[in-house]
Amino acid sequence: MEFLTPTSMQEALEAKSAHPDAKPILGGTDVMVELNFDRCRPATLLDLTRIPELAEWGRDNGSIKLGAGVSYTRVIAELADQLPGLAMASRTVGSPQIRNRGTVGGNLGAASPAGDSHPALLAADAEIELRSVNGLRRLPATEFYTGVKRHAGRDDELITAVHITPPSGPQQFCKIGTRNAMVISVSAFSIALHPDRSEVRTGIGSAAPTPRRAVDAETWLAAALEANGLWESRGALPEGLAREFAGLVAAAASPIDDVRGTAAYRLHSLSVMARRSLGWVWNDYASGQEH
Amino acid sequence: MTTTPQTRPDKAAVKGADRTDVTPGGVGDSPSRPDGILKVTGEFSYSSDMWLDDMLWGYTLRSPHPFALIKSIDISEALATAGVFAVLTSEDVPGENFYGLEHADQPVLAKDIVRYQGEPIALVAADHPEIARRAAEKITVEFVVLAPVVDAEVAIGHKPWNPPAESVDAGVDGQVPHLHPNGNLVRHLKLRRGEQDATADVVITGEYEVGMQDQAFLGPESGLAVPDEEGGVDLYVATQWLHVDQRQVCAALGLPPEQVRLTLAGVGGAFGGREDLSMHVHGCMLALRTGKPIKMVYNRLESFFGHVHRHPAKLYYEYGAERSGKLVYARVRMYLDGGAYASSTPAVVGNAGTMGLGPYVIPHVTVDAYGTYSNNPPCGAMRGFGSVQTAFAYEAQMDKLAAELGLDPVAIRQMNALEEGAQVPTGQVIDSAAPVVELLERLKAMPLPSTESDQLDLRRMPGGVSNTTHGEGVKRGVGYAVAYKNVAFSEGFDDYSTARVRLEVSGGDPIVTVHTAAAEVGQGLVTIEQQICRTELGVDSVVVHPKDTSVGSGGSTSASRQTYMTGGAVRHVCGKVRDRVLVLAEASLGRTVSDLRLENGSVVSRSEGVLASIEQVLGDEVVEETDEWRHRPTHGLDPETGQGFAHVQFAFAAHRAVVDVDVELGLVKVVELACAQDVGKAMNPQAVVGQIQGGSAQGMGLALMEEIVIRDGKILNPSFTDYLIPTILDTPPMPIEVLEYADPNAPYGLRGVGEAPTISSGPAIMSAIRAATGLDLTRAPVRPEHITRT
Repeated sequence: MEFLTPTSMQEALEAKSAHPDAKPILGGTDVMVELNFDRCRPATLLDLTRIPELAEWGRDNGSIKLGAGVSYTRVIAELADQLPGLAMASRTVGSPQIRNRGTVGGNLGAASPAGDSHPALLAADAEIELRSVNGLRRLPATEFYTGVKRHAGRDDELITAVHITPPSGPQQFCKIGTRNAMVISVSAFSIALHPDRSEVRTGIGSAAPTPRRAVDAETWLAAALEANGLWESRGALPEGLAREFAGLVAAAASPIDDVRGTAAYRLHSLSVMARRSLGWVWNDYASGQEH
Repeated sequence: MTTTPQTRPDKAAVKGADRTDVTPGGVGDSPSRPDGILKVTGEFSYSSDMWLDDMLWGYTLRSPHPFALIKSIDISEALATAGVFAVLTSEDVPGENFYGLEHADQPVLAKDIVRYQGEPIALVAADHPEIARRAAEKITVEFVVLAPVVDAEVAIGHKPWNPPAESVDAGVDGQVPHLHPNGNLVRHLKLRRGEQDATADVVITGEYEVGMQDQAFLGPESGLAVPDEEGGVDLYVATQWLHVDQRQVCAALGLPPEQVRLTLAGVGGAFGGREDLSMHVHGCMLALRTGKPIKMVYNRLESFFGHVHRHPAKLYYEYGAERSGKLVYARVRMYLDGGAYASSTPAVVGNAGTMGLGPYVIPHVTVDAYGTYSNNPPCGAMRGFGSVQTAFAYEAQMDKLAAELGLDPVAIRQMNALEEGAQVPTGQVIDSAAPVVELLERLKAMPLPSTESDQLDLRRMPGGVSNTTHGEGVKRGVGYAVAYKNVAFSEGFDDYSTARVRLEVSGGDPIVTVHTAAAEVGQGLVTIEQQICRTELGVDSVVVHPKDTSVGSGGSTSASRQTYMTGGAVRHVCGKVRDRVLVLAEASLGRTVSDLRLENGSVVSRSEGVLASIEQVLGDEVVEETDEWRHRPTHGLDPETGQGFAHVQFAFAAHRAVVDVDVELGLVKVVELACAQDVGKAMNPQAVVGQIQGGSAQGMGLALMEEIVIRDGKILNPSFTDYLIPTILDTPPMPIEVLEYADPNAPYGLRGVGEAPTISSGPAIMSAIRAATGLDLTRAPVRPEHITRT
């Protein structure tokens, strides 16, 4: 196995171009498990930990640019105010050791339907930055996930950053696991209110072949809020609204039975999380807390 | 985690030792472990850390099928791989190709047939572990896959039972293949006491199920086999009983014990999972074939296939009671799925059958306990050994009875509790403390944790930081359960331990060397051995000799028995050493002194004070004694009635669990897990509390999350990603009260500690969840969908 250690972005992109089958590795919390259990044996590993800009985050035209190599620990410590949903999701990832090593970029690279950051990225309307020697493109998260453990990045591209506009409203993330920490999600849900554009966004995890939004639920809820003048009044949600929203969220999922949980429980738990988390974001919004 | 270890000398220690008279570092003190600093700093050498420069790596090819015929095995391509030194199959087993703890029914390497997924078929030795693994992939095995037998009741031709019928005992249904020559029944224990047709005012029935738990020890199976120049081998291995391993390895290798020497390597946890052989014979075969040291280390995936698990159980219970709550009769049928090979299934059935009604007086008893073969993974020993499974059933029955009669669950347990002098269902009279009533009383008296919380702290919520509730749907429940466990080996087993103790002067100071073969698996026996030597010989400096087979058997590190048994042996042999030292002392004094003892490094007379230092008395003399020590004999059970003096000692513990359940999502947060346990004598109070905490957590794991999920004989979750064990965030504060009612038959009055807390913690949690949800919840572990019913 060849182990490439580029020290600059340009070197890394050239390496990926020269070795399209190279497996990028950052924290190794996913790739090393795959290697150790012989689930994948790439001819080339492309170590991205020596590229300084991947491990940075900053402001970029009003949005946050989160380098693909920023650890979950840093997201929690440094970005909880600006990316609350993603920070909440990061807090549920693995153990402290895993959070020290693991990265949002790695989560995107693995593109597992159970990846913890995906629902929060979807709800926040994140854009994924993909780069190659030929240039840079930004893909909405909704277009990024293409199948079980597959994404829209091309063989010559690296996932280099995530761009997220700081929220204009509150966000929440919840995840079901059968123990109280360090657990792969049975189902997950994220919600973000975007009052600046009178929109709602959601993200569903572990309940479909890919992370996905509950688009009908979002549209329905935004319309209901609009119709009742609630974006302006910030008044109490009408009776039954959260429940109807929850039903639409569950309807957007297409889960399976597996060793971690049944499809029926996944649907049920999604609807409970949707109902509760809508209550939480609305309470925050109603009480004037932006997030 | 806040823990409140408490001893109650005011009441409980009346029969115990005088605490003011504790030798520093001796019995009753809590000295540091000799391996403690090494372990917490990561310097301790575990069995997987061993290394020799010229060693090879062994690898095991395992069956992908739970049940299949082997038509052919072609090793030629594997053997031709560069770096490969040997490829072995069943044809290369030098001695008997069968081993086993109670029945030698398990092949060293499968021949003609495989009976479980993961059964070893061939071995490879290579100069790199990856080469060995890849070479094993090149072995071609031609299988004829068969439909596996995956249900214990079906395996022995039984239909789910209700009501009991003797006739179903007849034998195996012709439809089900016999997995072994004598059929699929490993043991049927019958317990018959009192009237078999008793009736009662109130009848409570229940069907309960317990999933397959894994020991989940952190140090995977591993060892190093080093060939000598004379056809023998030295095996360094993590195990629980060196001598029973030695016996089986010798049989498989066709070598006498002198040529198969075992030394205990650093053990990273055991919990019963190391009672059976793993890499032992395999490593030795490869070492003898190649003439080179062989290292074998299972990874976590392989480990799930490399050791036995806790028997899953199906339990049918019917209790009759008076309207007062007094139990009248019990009719019970239990099925323990032993999987492909017997391992310790007969003894597990013995425990489940004789202990399976819990610490309660029931005059009329009918119990049928069955252990079966199937094509599921082999099951054998795990902490609590048959008692864990049945406790889920008998405590659920007690709760159900209390609910039916509108009685308090604690009161109904106390009303029926065993006490000293009572007869257990095997007819044995309990002849030392059985403080079931008091254990429950003490738990009930402990303050309940607050339900108030000023600020939302997700870590205190069901679901934790996964942020699924801010209080919505959360209901609190409280539940109680009592553990009842036999200590040491039962049913007439010749259970003994051997100790060698040497006292000599080295560098001007007396030093004791204690040598036993009793395995230290993390529980702290090495500390206990030192403590006993300090107390008995008055010498501070005690060296624990490496554990090996150059001294006699220490028996198994299991059944809560080592402090009792090897502790008893060390004390016994210390007495012999002390007697010889005192003879020497009297010789050097030139007179007889009636009240001599060893204390603080000196020979002391109660009347005359210090007479001489031990080094003065000993000079160059080395005093060494070796002897075996036995607990009082037990007897087998009557095969028709199950009556007999089968058990040495009974241990009792009780738990009170307080849980918060998110009833909408089915998620559980254990708020507090309080325990009261009678330990007879707290030999090392800190270690006792550690055992109670660890056992409580392990029992909690079985109630809430730990299960090897099997479908069609195959394990679906052989990893710590999906086999979940409790984390620190799942583990609640554990207020602990330790009682010390001395057992007059046991050394220092002690009672085995390790297993009892594992038995009652899970059922107490299940009881608390039932209280919170109002649901029956008859299956452990309880899954969220059992609570949400989705």
